[in-house]
Amino acid sequence: MRDVAVVGFAQRQEAEIADESEVELMVPLMDQVKKSVGLSQQDIGFTCSGSSDFLAGQAFSFVMTIDGTGPVPPISESHVEMDGAWALYEAWVKLQIGDIDTAFVYSYGRPSRGSLRDVLATQMDPYYVAPLWPDAFAIEALRARLLLDSGKVDERQLAEIASRSRAHAAGNPNAVRSSPKSVADILAEPFAVDPLRPSDLPASADGGAVMILAAGDRARELCDRPVWIRGIDHRIDAHSLGVRDLTRVESAEIAAHHAGVADDKIDFAELHAPFTTSEFLLAEALGLDGDTVVNPSGGALAAHTMMASGLIRVGEAATRIQAGDGDRAAAHASSGPCMQQNLVCVLEGD
Amino acid sequence: MSDEVLEAPLVLEYPFTRTTGPVVGAFLTGLREGVVLGVKRGDGSVMCPPLEYDPADSSALSEMVEVGQAGEIVTWAWNGAPRPQQPFDRPFAWALVRLDGADTTILHGVLVDDPSEIHTGMRVDIVWRDERVGQVSDIAGFAPATAPAGSEQPPGSGDGVEVVSAAEPVQSVRTPIRIEYNYTPGRGLSAYLRAMKDKRILGDRCPVSGQVFVPPRGVSPIAGMPTSEMVELADTGYVESFNITRVPIRGRDDLHPPYCSAWIVLDGASVGFMGLVTGIEAEDVTIGLRVKALWKPDDELEMSATNILSWVPTGEPDVVIDNFELVGRVDEAAASEASTDEEAES
Repeated sequence: MRDVAVVGFAQRQEAEIADESEVELMVPLMDQVKKSVGLSQQDIGFTCSGSSDFLAGQAFSFVMTIDGTGPVPPISESHVEMDGAWALYEAWVKLQIGDIDTAFVYSYGRPSRGSLRDVLATQMDPYYVAPLWPDAFAIEALRARLLLDSGKVDERQLAEIASRSRAHAAGNPNAVRSSPKSVADILAEPFAVDPLRPSDLPASADGGAVMILAAGDRARELCDRPVWIRGIDHRIDAHSLGVRDLTRVESAEIAAHHAGVADDKIDFAELHAPFTTSEFLLAEALGLDGDTVVNPSGGALAAHTMMASGLIRVGEAATRIQAGDGDRAAAHASSGPCMQQNLVCVLEGD
Repeated sequence: MSDEVLEAPLVLEYPFTRTTGPVVGAFLTGLREGVVLGVKRGDGSVMCPPLEYDPADSSALSEMVEVGQAGEIVTWAWNGAPRPQQPFDRPFAWALVRLDGADTTILHGVLVDDPSEIHTGMRVDIVWRDERVGQVSDIAGFAPATAPAGSEQPPGSGDGVEVVSAAEPVQSVRTPIRIEYNYTPGRGLSAYLRAMKDKRILGDRCPVSGQVFVPPRGVSPIAGMPTSEMVELADTGYVESFNITRVPIRGRDDLHPPYCSAWIVLDGASVGFMGLVTGIEAEDVTIGLRVKALWKPDDELEMSATNILSWVPTGEPDVVIDNFELVGRVDEAAASEASTDEEAES
């Protein structure tokens, strides 16, 4: 295995970004990250992005955003219709092959431009489920009731997760929901989608994130404190909700095992958990104990930029390690209905 | 949102028709005939709704069995504000229901008046639509069961499998998708479209190479940087390349073949863009032909690129292109020089 590190990262998340097109939103971030490590696009070995046409409302929408990289002369490039964390994975694999030393990863989404609830309904089974147009909140609420009925979690624990996310988000300039709220006040909220309350749901955001990866000595040349990806894996559960055990996230358990989460102490974890229920399940799937700080940024509850939220988890974790806030972190990304797909990586400083 | 940026409704509709295959097709045929079928898995359990494969071991599945038309709520969530196309147009519960005789669950709506009237473990009956066509919405939803548990006809005791075998099979299903957006084109294109209303054409300039792009998108693909300024271009230029279309296009009765589509480089621009050439026989169009925009009448102008109806010859001598390799391309030497200058400054 080649050692691969995060050497640069930038993000922007706001409740609504209506003035800029996708490429206008991304190009300053791209420029900023490249300048931070002193690379031009032509110095970078491979570029991979993640975005969704259904979110943008435009076929092949990613081809316009590529202009932001400066692809002249032509660059080596790929795109995934997935959260940017999977673009990171593709770049990591490309770096393992060994013919390149640097990779450029970005992703973005502007859910405010359309109806995210309708867009997410289109990812469901097209024969049995999508024609009924269930939205993502309803689907997660079905899982939440299963968890509550099973006694695995109670409403107070969920409210504690929501309250802690808000407290952590207070210091995060990219959070769109960071106002403090007590557990009692959250429990007093009327249901949004019974049994979930508004604070159990993600704060949707528009935005994007950009990351530069580098291998081995190149990483040390580019950055004083590279953040090494010590393990990374992604797994997928069955698509049909009816055949899955929704009271656990088996794909995240396996990905965490292969990424080596349990091999040593995890100081903090950034989990791509749009709902309080998802954070509860993921902490269990990754085997995190009380010593691990979960979602110091506030997580996806505080700002959920569809298609970038997973990559932002990796970036948040790397930024904290770079700043010396910890030595070993887990970062997680999810995708698909009820977190069907899960990616886990372990990050360490030198 | 700032006042300068435009916004317009955008609706995307995809009229998908999907083939069903034998297993999904049998299930949907059953719904049309008022029976519910599952498929038997290798371990003897029954999956409903059925898939053609076992998600546990990927083995192919094909043995259809009838399941009951009543079942038990495994979990539910309250939908207080139904959206268009959902099962009911008044508040209802989403639920995963395990039908009698099945081991997996089906997602659907349960119609009760209030969340206090539903609970996990509650017995529910299928509510059929009167007119059924072979799709999942042939089931209108579920309602609280009328018969006590255990008193229904045992699942699988009916002749559902035979009924489906004898019926005309459902082989495809229409699954239309409609999504609405408030589209915003960004700052660069908003400025471009606004200027169009005044019969002005805007481009934007690369801060590194100085090249001018049209339409302006706020970014220089040469430099990978935001553009530095908007530039007003002339509505004259020359034909860099062209083609002649000789077959009609459905829905474009305004285009009469043969007609000429050209790649036109505006005076002051570094790249070309697409336009129709009229006012000249298509056969007589040449590379280098000088053209001028033919605008819509002033009272019909909108914030739209359609304001330019076509491009007509100006009568000036053709532009002589002596280096085809450079036409509309990046002058890499100039770009590299500019880039070096910038680095030297910073």
